[in-house]
Amino acid sequence: MGHSFEGYRRSNGRVGVRNHVAVIPTSVAASSVASAVADEAGAWARATPHQLGTSQPDPARRQTERVLVGTGRNPNVGAALVVELGTEDIDAETVADDIAATGKATETLTIRESGGTANALSEGADRLDRLKAEADRARREDADVSELVFGVECGGSDATSGIAANPAVGAACDRLVEAGGTASFSETPEFIGAEHILADRCVSEETRERILERVEAREGMAELMGVDLRGAQPTPGNQEGGLTTIEEKSLGAISKGGTTPIRGIVDYGDELPTNGGLVLMDTPGYDVESVVGKVAGGAQVVAFTTGRGSTTGNPLAPVIKVTGNPKTWDRMSNNIDVNAGTVFDGESIDSVGARIFETLVEVANGRRTEAEHRRLEEFAINEIQPEELTVEVDG
Amino acid sequence: MKGRVLDDALLRLSTSDNVGTTVDDLESGTEIDADGRTVVLAEDVPFGHKVALEPVDSGGEVRKYGEVIGTATQAIEVGEWVHTHNCESTRGRGDRAAARGESA
Repeated sequence: MGHSFEGYRRSNGRVGVRNHVAVIPTSVAASSVASAVADEAGAWARATPHQLGTSQPDPARRQTERVLVGTGRNPNVGAALVVELGTEDIDAETVADDIAATGKATETLTIRESGGTANALSEGADRLDRLKAEADRARREDADVSELVFGVECGGSDATSGIAANPAVGAACDRLVEAGGTASFSETPEFIGAEHILADRCVSEETRERILERVEAREGMAELMGVDLRGAQPTPGNQEGGLTTIEEKSLGAISKGGTTPIRGIVDYGDELPTNGGLVLMDTPGYDVESVVGKVAGGAQVVAFTTGRGSTTGNPLAPVIKVTGNPKTWDRMSNNIDVNAGTVFDGESIDSVGARIFETLVEVANGRRTEAEHRRLEEFAINEIQPEELTVEVDG
Repeated sequence: MKGRVLDDALLRLSTSDNVGTTVDDLESGTEIDADGRTVVLAEDVPFGHKVALEPVDSGGEVRKYGEVIGTATQAIEVGEWVHTHNCESTRGRGDRAAARGESA
């Protein structure tokens, strides 16, 4: 099995597995134009439309800006166009400059200055053409799997997720880490009830404390609001799939990160380290936002396990779908890349893990995933809620 | 797969578990040989759901993956389906904090 692939070497040394031109709106007010400009240009242009407003409280705005910048800095992006209406608190020029610091070409488009959407579309098309010419200068060259940051996620979980798909993806993470690469998993609410296992695997006392602190904060949100997590976690769909409690869901969820030591935990959308090992990201449990956080953190490829059958992808990172549910594989194999349900017929977790790792290398080398074939490109940025801001202020 | 499949029907992930996970849709009355002990299903249990391998007292721990996944809200007999009707989480219970008057 090969450990190398051909990728797009960026001037900051990182390697992209795709060479997209990203079209990044700074608010919901610029999202329609961003999508239209990208759609008009062709599949090489990828918009990241989202629902966040032109104005947010400071901590929320900082997080949004971090995700926008991180999205543009992802190595799969060859060049980026940042689009604004012109009234946003977040300045498109600043976002573009922070992206350009990685050495890639960027431009901005301000809808108001263009004189409205019609002009913005034509100006946007011109700018995208220029950016594509810049991105096209990138040549594919040999890269090693140790240069990959592999984000792993689960969504639409059922009992097979924790038994088959997650441990198999975990086995692939172990292989990648063994080869020098970096793996990352997230969704802090799904550490609840399994945090003692994560804590025991931390390389430092500092990481251990941070993880326990983050779990306590997420669990504390439920207490603060006087609500019962049981209404939302496990979700009604998870429950139908056999998951009874958040502890049970978490114990299954954490297995997707594999078994190697935990080297650290970063904030939502923060840059993930690239020097190998397993790293956590503190994200909400909403899978689309969680994937976006890890892609903003620099993950070039994502694996996404689903028992019940999620079809979610991402505009910039290929998403490898894995199911451990044989029925879901039978019904939805056109949305799923790897069948891990074979463990119920006797295939070992390690053998499925080897197939996932092989798929990871092939996808890094250019093979398109089912989600890419179908242009399934969900994008959503987590917005820090007022209750969370209170927690932050009050400590 | 981690653990052991008992009689092609129930997956016991860890020896300390008191529930098994069905590996198929199973019907009420199905008899499963669980290491010499016969577990008779008290009701239909769908694929992926849990069945008690040992009796659990009300308030007792329910164990899967070798870990506690919740507590029994009523006494559970061997062969009964274990789910939200008789097992609940002990975590993220803001409702309990609110009942104690601890909510912010």
